[in-house]
Amino acid sequence: MAGLLMSRGIAPRRRFRRSLGERLAERAIALAAASAIGAILLIFVFVVREALPLLWDGGADLALVAPQHYPGYDHPAYVWQPVGYPPKYGVVPLLAGSLKITALAMAISAPLSLLAAIYVAEILRPRTRALIKPVIELLAGVPSVILGFFALTFIADATQDILGCTYRLNALVAALALSLAVLPVIFTVSEDAIHGVPLALREASLAVGARRHQTIARVVLPAALPGIVASLVLGFGRAIGETMIVLMASGNAAVLDASPTSSARTLTATIAAELGESPRGGEHWRVLFLLGMILLVVTWALDTLCRVVVRRLARRLNPSEGEGP
Amino acid sequence: MLELASGTPCRGRAYAAFRGHGDVGCRATRRVVNRALFLWVLLSLLACSGRYGREPGAGARITVRGSDTLVVLMQRWAEAYTANRPDVVVEVSGGGTGTGIAALMNGTTDLAMASRPIAPEERARIEDSGARLVEVPVALDAVAVYVHDTNPISSMTLDELRDVFQGKIRRWSELGGASRPIVLYSRESSSGTYAYFKERVLEKGDFAPEAQSLPGTAAVVQAVARDPMGIGYGGIARARGVKVLPLELDDGSRVPPSREAAMARRYPLTRPLFLYFVTPTNPGTEAFVHWIVGPEAQGLAEEAGFFAWRGSL
Repeated sequence: MAGLLMSRGIAPRRRFRRSLGERLAERAIALAAASAIGAILLIFVFVVREALPLLWDGGADLALVAPQHYPGYDHPAYVWQPVGYPPKYGVVPLLAGSLKITALAMAISAPLSLLAAIYVAEILRPRTRALIKPVIELLAGVPSVILGFFALTFIADATQDILGCTYRLNALVAALALSLAVLPVIFTVSEDAIHGVPLALREASLAVGARRHQTIARVVLPAALPGIVASLVLGFGRAIGETMIVLMASGNAAVLDASPTSSARTLTATIAAELGESPRGGEHWRVLFLLGMILLVVTWALDTLCRVVVRRLARRLNPSEGEGP
Repeated sequence: MLELASGTPCRGRAYAAFRGHGDVGCRATRRVVNRALFLWVLLSLLACSGRYGREPGAGARITVRGSDTLVVLMQRWAEAYTANRPDVVVEVSGGGTGTGIAALMNGTTDLAMASRPIAPEERARIEDSGARLVEVPVALDAVAVYVHDTNPISSMTLDELRDVFQGKIRRWSELGGASRPIVLYSRESSSGTYAYFKERVLEKGDFAPEAQSLPGTAAVVQAVARDPMGIGYGGIARARGVKVLPLELDDGSRVPPSREAAMARRYPLTRPLFLYFVTPTNPGTEAFVHWIVGPEAQGLAEEAGFFAWRGSL
């Protein structure tokens, strides 16, 4: 670029020569930034490279997605039994398990954390807010294995006592523990979004005679909506990618049903539990990488969708962008 | 962007010329910077590509991985073996038979513990590379069927057991028990016990999808001990706080997984446990395996609740 400018005869802005240390630092930072991008690319390339050969050799009799009529079964079924005669790699129960637990966890944690965010941002006095907010955020720092252990020992017993579930470890238990992990994520981001709504909007609303709840529901929340949507997507990504909690608390049975009190097996838990046993480059190994690819694609698709939605929302809410407040 | 484009002529050229260096000094420093960067990248690449290698002073360190059924016994063996051999270190970890054999293939363990014989394709994968696989039976184990202490069922046939774990029998009342659903506790598919049970009891059929997979025999025992509707399976050595069901044979006799029944191979779910290693291995590993099949180690196996391999010959 600078060369281009010079060839046009425009003299570059005169600068002092920067020290060696500064240039070294600049290069090092550029390299660090590039290596983060490179790592993401490499992960994607590696996962896809391990998974893709499935599609051209032996993909036909794998039947990953369609129900398959296996010997010994009355009717075609989705079965995940990677050690079997023959091995059965039906991905559908795992995907359903992941989505079931994630949906349950979101249904529990989203309303709770959004209400908490509204309360803390809008109603609580600033000094109390400064006290409460870090405490909730502390929950995000609890290692997931601790949450899993808590679910395994305490939540499982409690839900079985209250609901009388047949299965002690089930999707609901995992979802309850998972919502503990998701809650602070949604809370923090949406609370920041709500808190960041300009004071002038609230003042204007109150000035024309709106009550506090009307101001919150009709002025503040719509203005904070892009941030709230972003927080929900972040929470969803955290929930679907979580491994340890679901591995410990979900019962890990690859059942295909909608009941919240039956066991479920997730994509992440399957990868964690089975990758160690499968020899490198084998069929099972490749299917596990395919599961990883599905996870990546699901989260990326959601992320992109969210970006589009947030941009639209932002444009709708603030069509006169750039004209000042 | 402008700042980062490195193909541009040296910035501060005017200043350098003024000082009488011309381009030379500037190029030289840039070359130094580039070399340093190149070296750094090279070194980090080298660091990444480093293989998980064995130490040259082998014999002193023996790694053992595999079957969770064997892992407790192996820890006792390792403890006893290293007690009067201070120069030997034995590292034991579990993970399941499949994990151990996969580690043996990848060269990340010296010994693999297995609760099932190695599969022909696994053997082929190892021997294709020119190595020779050695199989050593080290103990005898009986796979027991656990139910909750309060369960009124007194025995089961192998056929009933198969139907229960395949999900064809779903309530205890069908077996003469209480009118409650049966909750199945199974193992992850990396487990040798899982593979053994699938082959021997389910006759290569599949487990019911409702069967929960737990990470180890201890977890199965714990789960069954807490669940009045539960049924699980695992090595006899781990059965604590649960009721062990005798199996009913075709002739109508009921056989508990006792020492006598296992030795006489009357208990149908009796299986040998193996160690596998690849020759040539380090001499320390071979000496350790020799010690394991000896009387002292076999005595420890009996203490741990297994049955000595020697005694059954």
